[in-house]
Amino acid sequence: MSEMIRVEKLNKSFGDLHVLKDIDLEVYENEVVCLIGASGSGKSTLLRCLNFLEVKDDGKVIFAGDTIELKTHNINEVRQKVGMVFQHFNLFPHKTVLQNVTEAPIMVRKIDRKQAEEDGKKLLDKVGLGDKYNVYPGKLSGGQKQRVAIARALAMKPDIMLFDEPTSALDPELVGEVLETMKQLAREGMTMIVVTHEMGFAREVADRTVYMHDGRIVETGDSKDFFANPKEKRTQEFLSKVL
Amino acid sequence: MIAGNVFSLDTFFSELIRTYPIFLEAAWLTVRISVAAVIIGTVIGMFIALVKLSNPFLKVIADIYITIIRGTPLIVQIFIFYFGLTNIVQLSPFWAVSLALAIHNSAYIAEIFRGSIQSIEKGQMEAGRSLGMTKNLTMRRIILPQAMRRAVPPLGNQFIIALKDSSLAAFVGVAELFRRAQGIAAGTFNTMETYMIVAVYYLVLVMILTWIVNKIEHRMAASDR
Ligand SMILES: Nc1ncnc2c1ncn2[C@@H]1O[C@H](COP(=O)(O)OP(=O)(O)O)[C@@H](O)[C@H]1O
Ligand SMILES: [Mg+2]
Repeated sequence: MSEMIRVEKLNKSFGDLHVLKDIDLEVYENEVVCLIGASGSGKSTLLRCLNFLEVKDDGKVIFAGDTIELKTHNINEVRQKVGMVFQHFNLFPHKTVLQNVTEAPIMVRKIDRKQAEEDGKKLLDKVGLGDKYNVYPGKLSGGQKQRVAIARALAMKPDIMLFDEPTSALDPELVGEVLETMKQLAREGMTMIVVTHEMGFAREVADRTVYMHDGRIVETGDSKDFFANPKEKRTQEFLSKVL
Repeated sequence: MIAGNVFSLDTFFSELIRTYPIFLEAAWLTVRISVAAVIIGTVIGMFIALVKLSNPFLKVIADIYITIIRGTPLIVQIFIFYFGLTNIVQLSPFWAVSLALAIHNSAYIAEIFRGSIQSIEKGQMEAGRSLGMTKNLTMRRIILPQAMRRAVPPLGNQFIIALKDSSLAAFVGVAELFRRAQGIAAGTFNTMETYMIVAVYYLVLVMILTWIVNKIEHRMAASDR
């Protein structure tokens, strides 16, 4: 398996608050990695450092062997290859579902509109929204919005997808449809990093699970192992609380 | 003279009918001044808002502009344009007044746009950026269309203020509504009736403008749902 993304000794502070401390992490192609940990432990910040929505203080972010720096790389090109799905969807409310999906392919990848719409419709069909092309996001349920957001990210044909608590803002009965979409993506071999509180999803779908506490990675392991026999005491405590 | 100040309904209606050709022409001039001011003011206002949000140094310059414009009376600005600027550049009274009104309104409009741009959730910019869109592209395609929508009601208010403020053009002799009213009142001594008549003209213009703004607001909201 080839390495998709590698993080070395990553540090990030907000003012005096040291949020990420010497983070080392590697994710391989086709791998699904779940990031778990208490609120405030730095999961979102780590994810956002990967696509430079937050800029790291020091350390390395390496994509497919290429060390990414704001100085040497066009960050917009890097981001095209890194899809992101947000907790609060962040759909474009003034655009229809289909326009949400085709916006970046047309404006950034300069794909012909017809082609982009064709591709976009296929993606929307795939996430089960084939009947919503021309609806505005305001009309959708949370689960549908999140699936549009996933389709929107996929439309850029990313190499890796980052999910930041994609189901945390959803009513419980809508969580399943989004997780199902993500499972399908995983089965198709998409490389994914998923911040989640859905332990069932982590155990079942993730190849590896990473536990973060207070800005550090405490434990990383093969998901089956990780949940069956957590090695670190803090991991055990955390799991006993959430499981 | 004292008798002339007593309001007579008969005089009001006979004067309303007698003066309408004059006032309609004057109303048209008022509309042209206001429209020119509002269009130019909106363009400058948007520019100032974007400048203000772009970087800290330019923000200071934009703030100075806004402070000066908002901190001085419109009538003074009109006089500066009319008596001052026309010494330097060739400027018709119409354009001197329209530009002064445009500049004046641009400061308020800039703040309206700045507010509406900043009111758009941070996640919108992040979503655009995460898709590989540049900051400018996200601004143009994602943020501004939403901000414009939110700006329509306060902009409408500002346009109404601009329309009424155009009456200050009377003081540099531009023959718009209020100037005409002054002339007629002085000539006929029907002071009360004449100013009531011109008030009605302004009121009607404001109501038409309000109606237009409401229509636009409605149309834009339709795509939200
Ligand atoms: N932009 C920011 N400015 C200041 N502090 C922040 C910012 N973003 C996150 N933090 C702080 O960093 C810490 C980690 O946050 P976050 O990465 O969001 O944690 P998690 O996603 O695990 O809940 C928290 O204490 C949070 O308050
Ligand atoms: Mg978070």
